[in-house]
Amino acid sequence: MKKKSLLALAATGFAMSSVLAACGGDEKESNGGSGGEKDSFKVGMVTDTGGVDDKSFNQSAWEGLTKFGKENDLKEGTGYKYLQSAKQSDYQPNLQQLARAKYDLILGIGFLMAEDINKVATQFKDNNFAIVDMVVEQPNVASIVFKEQEGSFLVGVVAGLTTKTDKVGFVGGVNSDLIKKFESGFKAGVKAVNPEAEVLVQYAEDFNAAEKGQAIASGMYGKKADIIYHAAGGTGVGVFTEAKNRKKNGEEVWVIGVDRDQVEEGMPENVTLTSMVKRVDIAVEKVAKDTKDGKFPGGKIVEFGLQDGGVDIAPSKDNISEDILTKVDEYKKKMMDGEIKVPATDDEYKAYEASL
Amino acid sequence: MKLERFYGILIPILSIILGIAVGAIVMIAGGYDAGEGFYQLYYGIFGEPYSIGETLRATAPLIFAGLAVAFAFRTGLFNIGVEGQVLVGWMVAVWIGISFDLPTAIHLPLALIGAGLAGALWAAVPGVLKAVFHVHEVITSIMMNYIALYLTNDILRRYIGITNERTETVKESASLASTFLSELTDFSRLHNGIFVAVLAAAVFWFILWKTTLGYELRAVGFNKSAAEYAGMSVKRNIVLSFVISGVFAGLAGAMEGLGTFQNMTLNASFTGVGFDGIAVALLGANNPIGVVLAALLFAGLNIGGLSMQQVGIPPELIKIIIAFIIIFVASGYAIRLVIDRFTTKKDMAKTSKGAGK
Repeated sequence: MKKKSLLALAATGFAMSSVLAACGGDEKESNGGSGGEKDSFKVGMVTDTGGVDDKSFNQSAWEGLTKFGKENDLKEGTGYKYLQSAKQSDYQPNLQQLARAKYDLILGIGFLMAEDINKVATQFKDNNFAIVDMVVEQPNVASIVFKEQEGSFLVGVVAGLTTKTDKVGFVGGVNSDLIKKFESGFKAGVKAVNPEAEVLVQYAEDFNAAEKGQAIASGMYGKKADIIYHAAGGTGVGVFTEAKNRKKNGEEVWVIGVDRDQVEEGMPENVTLTSMVKRVDIAVEKVAKDTKDGKFPGGKIVEFGLQDGGVDIAPSKDNISEDILTKVDEYKKKMMDGEIKVPATDDEYKAYEASL
Repeated sequence: MKLERFYGILIPILSIILGIAVGAIVMIAGGYDAGEGFYQLYYGIFGEPYSIGETLRATAPLIFAGLAVAFAFRTGLFNIGVEGQVLVGWMVAVWIGISFDLPTAIHLPLALIGAGLAGALWAAVPGVLKAVFHVHEVITSIMMNYIALYLTNDILRRYIGITNERTETVKESASLASTFLSELTDFSRLHNGIFVAVLAAAVFWFILWKTTLGYELRAVGFNKSAAEYAGMSVKRNIVLSFVISGVFAGLAGAMEGLGTFQNMTLNASFTGVGFDGIAVALLGANNPIGVVLAALLFAGLNIGGLSMQQVGIPPELIKIIIAFIIIFVASGYAIRLVIDRFTTKKDMAKTSKGAGK
């Protein structure tokens, strides 16, 4: 009896392993097959540790890629796909994986991947790469950056016209060239419509410190600022918390969100005045499309601004009055016509302020 | 009852097989093709020189973290603070790596020693608290992890300097990078740290089994009271065990700082190396060879798991497999019972047969 059941067990084991082996074999062949079709376009992206459902950057990029894939009848998983990184050390193996699988365009989402892209792009000169929010100088890398100053200018206009105390605040994540673009644009927008207004500026030196964001916001609201624009990622969550607490106590305070429409973050107290949206999806879709059409912008910096919808003011506008929206549209037009050049650095802002 | 001798090996191997089997069930339940998944996993570990290189690259810090946990465990202590010790080791290694200009023969050892000392210092805190005040080391060492996480971020920002959320790259004279190993493995990030790690496993064995100190440490681990009765200082051994464990952990950080990344990034959350170390020590049965093998396995699973995404299987599945392997190892007692039942019956059957003749 015993022996029989043992035998049966062994037999099942064998059967199982042969099934596994068979599957393995099939896979190998199909892998080889798909590699053979040269004309099918393949595009892949590597997420940073935030993952593809981070409600921010990665998610937006994936939405753009999905749209591109669907429009071009590509199949998810073989035509367009994403690879998730659990740790920072996974960036390189993931980029390598796509490069080895001969993807025509490989996107790295987020500036943290810059060094990894740089290295992998040097090794795989025949593949095309792109990086979001950072410049990597390689002939086969397209650097996707945004004119955050333009979108920030628009929300600055809203803040300048909405403030009742003539005082608004700006909370930055880390003091860097990137966040300076937000700050300069915002200040310029406020001053354009309300030269009297004062803009308080403070950096948390952290993108993930909600408690710091809350402390800074508390200080600013305490100094009678009634609107705070944050460009501080997770730190901004604290700004929302502080604003909601104050609104519960009857104070009239607002927050301006960043990167995407942050109206939900302000609920239920409804403290989100508006948001500056950065359309990573539009940028990703555009670069993928250009690459497919044989116009890969290798070695170039591709800037996305108001003109091409890369940055904009958020679609939910319930908290902004009609008059202000008309003003916003006016300035939008001026920027697109090139009448206003929005400052992106401290020096440019000084020159701008002097010209007012 | 000859099987008894093989339990040490049998239980981990059975656990691995069972863990992978559960992984297969989860894949099938999730509607994925398990065969394809395992093929990709295999390919992701052994398929190309690059993946072999990356697997070995990921092995080095895991060996150190595993040795750190195992060392403390040999003295009957749980060092759950490896994660924090990794972080301080990483930071000090990078700091030495970027701020001095020295010949390699001095710079690299200095950076490694610095990392080891930093880890030791960090581990000494729970060690002393345990020895002097009898504060449970699990609690203190866990809490030290959080202190390390936020303190290193702050020191990096304040004193070491951060651009784009990372430090400068360490000088070449302090780097573990090896052009030879990298080119051999098709430009993976494999670095000389793997040799240091294997050497450390030998040192681990030497200290514990070839020195008086090691004998004392193990004696305390077996039975504190007996050790004290025999004239050994339990307090001293507890602190020493933690300190040496911390050296291993700090060096795990040096593997990342001087090898894999060549810099340090601001960490929003733990690296996971220290926690994986607990699993490695457990699967490796706190034995140096076992730790090296277990580190290889987990590194392979982690790197190979990335490839499973090629067929749409989320890399989180690997974490499920690892978790189940650990559960099975931890419940090794149950497996032992089952084996015992089968073998005793067989033995009995044999003897009764024999008696019948």
